[in-house]
Amino acid sequence: MDTAEKLDKNASGRNHAEEPMIDLEEQPMQETRYPEHTVGTPFVDDPKMRLRDVDVFYGDNQAIHKVSLDIGKNEVVALIGPSGCGKSTFLRSLNRMNDTIDICRVTGELFLEDQDLYDPKMDVVELRARVGMVFQKPNPFPKSIYDNVAYGPRLHGLANKKYELDEIVETSLRKAGLWDEVKDRLHAPGTGLSGGQQQRLCIARTIAVSPEVVLMDEPCSALDPIATAKIEELIDELTESYTIAIVTHSMQQAARVSNRTAYFHLGRLIEVNDTETVFTKPEHELTEAYITGRFG
Amino acid sequence: MQTGNLLLLLIVMVALAYYLGHQRSLALARPLGGIRHLHSLPFYYAMRAALWCALPALLILGAWLAFDDTIIRQTVMQGLPDALRPDSDGARGLLLSQIQNVASGSLSPESVDPAIAAAAERLNNLRTTSAMALTVVVIAVGLIGAAWGWVKIAPQLRARQQVESILRVIFMLCATVAILTTVGILMSVLFESIRFFQKVSPAEFLFGLQWSPQTALRADQVASSGAFGAIPLFVGTLLISSIALLVAVPIGLMSAIYLAEYAPSRVRSVAKPMLEILAGVPTVVYGFFAALTVAPFIRGVGETLGLDVASESALAAGLVMGVMIIPFVSSLSDDVITAVPQVMRDGSLGLGATRSETIRKVVFPAALPGIMGGILLAASRAIGETMIVVMAAGLAANLTANPLEAVTTVTVQIVTLLTGDQEFDSAKTLAAFALGLMLFLTTLCLNILALHIVKKYREQYE
Repeated sequence: MDTAEKLDKNASGRNHAEEPMIDLEEQPMQETRYPEHTVGTPFVDDPKMRLRDVDVFYGDNQAIHKVSLDIGKNEVVALIGPSGCGKSTFLRSLNRMNDTIDICRVTGELFLEDQDLYDPKMDVVELRARVGMVFQKPNPFPKSIYDNVAYGPRLHGLANKKYELDEIVETSLRKAGLWDEVKDRLHAPGTGLSGGQQQRLCIARTIAVSPEVVLMDEPCSALDPIATAKIEELIDELTESYTIAIVTHSMQQAARVSNRTAYFHLGRLIEVNDTETVFTKPEHELTEAYITGRFG
Repeated sequence: MQTGNLLLLLIVMVALAYYLGHQRSLALARPLGGIRHLHSLPFYYAMRAALWCALPALLILGAWLAFDDTIIRQTVMQGLPDALRPDSDGARGLLLSQIQNVASGSLSPESVDPAIAAAAERLNNLRTTSAMALTVVVIAVGLIGAAWGWVKIAPQLRARQQVESILRVIFMLCATVAILTTVGILMSVLFESIRFFQKVSPAEFLFGLQWSPQTALRADQVASSGAFGAIPLFVGTLLISSIALLVAVPIGLMSAIYLAEYAPSRVRSVAKPMLEILAGVPTVVYGFFAALTVAPFIRGVGETLGLDVASESALAAGLVMGVMIIPFVSSLSDDVITAVPQVMRDGSLGLGATRSETIRKVVFPAALPGIMGGILLAASRAIGETMIVVMAAGLAANLTANPLEAVTTVTVQIVTLLTGDQEFDSAKTLAAFALGLMLFLTTLCLNILALHIVKKYREQYE
């Protein structure tokens, strides 16, 4: 808590011009209500990922302001907040997916255990194998189900023999709860599955490279309630072996799947607390306003 | 009145009809309380009056111009005394042009038969009368149409629907022009080809290995017997096109990948138009580049290596043609590569793939059908290309697969068969149409295939 950086009230990026994603005037909130520190408990002992004073810029626009947060081992952290608050941007900087955007710049301390993510010597390929990502829209490759799951292991040379690869594919699909549905048609195209199955295929594809952390960017936003329930069940099971950070727009989902919940507002991390605390007695009025549905 | 002036007058009348129609609809709307009480906007009433003025008059004008000359000539010929009546088509044409020359004043009336002079005068008279009648009729029809359109304007008139349906027909007619032209070209080539195949059997044409189209002009000529086997030409075309594709596909594809995946947007915005300039270079310029620069260079290189290179080699023509079609491959491939959704790349990058791994394993396979379409379009362009091969490939119809020898292509032969003074009923010239037909069918099939593939690919991500 004491290491949390004080939010500079006079920082540029407060005025409308530099907050392109959201129109402040539409928000009933006033500037004075920003907390000086992130309230709650952003830090844990022995974290998997340690993030301090993270700023993200798109060109001259600052999208993330001094966010400090720990992601603990084998826990599920939910990132919630109104659209355009920077949750996805923040998530994407955790495995350097923002590198693909030319004008994007990330500063601050981002550590995966004791490795600096933005160290020039850091190998992005290795990082992304350790920190996997599941995207908002199911994006299976236009290949067979088998080849989709085997894609990562083949890239990283995880299997020497055909049977080893078969084994990885099977265990990944089993973990993703998809094995029974597809075991008879492993060589059918992955794009032919239903939306929910495609998303579980993408999760299987991600865990096939045995990552330590799985980042999920609104993984259920394109799915129907039944498929969503399956994914949520899956997230629960995955906690046993993986650390998960999930961005979601559904507060019920955050409440159901996460251990801790982080509330983002206009690029700032307002409050981090146990999920139960956030949804029953939020400490900050912005969090309360959001979860009670006054805006967002 | 001359047709041009008549048209101008008609335009003025149409404008007037539009204006008056507009005024009348406004005048009708005023007592009702504004134009919202009319069924349609004033524009549609005005447009309806203008169309009523223009369309019937234009139809009559067109029909008149299309048929009046034929009718007048018919009348003049029938007025000739029996003694002068021509007995054959040729004589008839000759007589008619004599009459026309007298009528236009390029032949003096004293130098010909008085009957012909009289016919010429009749021709002139009829023409004047026809022109005057045309003027009167067109103006009358225009006025009646405009008046009808103006009188019928009423608040309940469904002018909008009427104008819309007329406009739809006009647009449809314009669209038909392109299709009809294609059909017309195909027909003209087809009929000439049929005449050719009456002289030379299709089997000989399609499977013959000998091409030497010089036919005997006189019965006692011995050297030129004429052989119409098209195989050497198609092999030559295939050879040069293959060389062109071997150049264009790798270069075009890789530059497309660079532009779509690696190039910063600033480089892309400059490099892409630059590459497309290649497509704008006139093919004749490519032609002399091939004939004067590339061919001697290849010959020189070949000589130092101890190879026997013809001064007009398939290689030179193929290389330059390859450069010409690079933009086709690169531009289309660039489009389809860019169309592969970003989430696909993110998925691959997110699993720890490098950029080139992502391109090779995800982007390229996903874009492959579209790229194939682009390559096929480039291939059909290469097969139909003429100027470069005319200048650089030579005329010798060698049946060979050696790129260092001179070969000839279908297009080159069509050009040589039809240039200069030719008799249009010999097998030699008719062969050009048969070749043209084959070429047309080949490229048509390639284009249909390519468009089909491209279309199928487009649906994939929608």
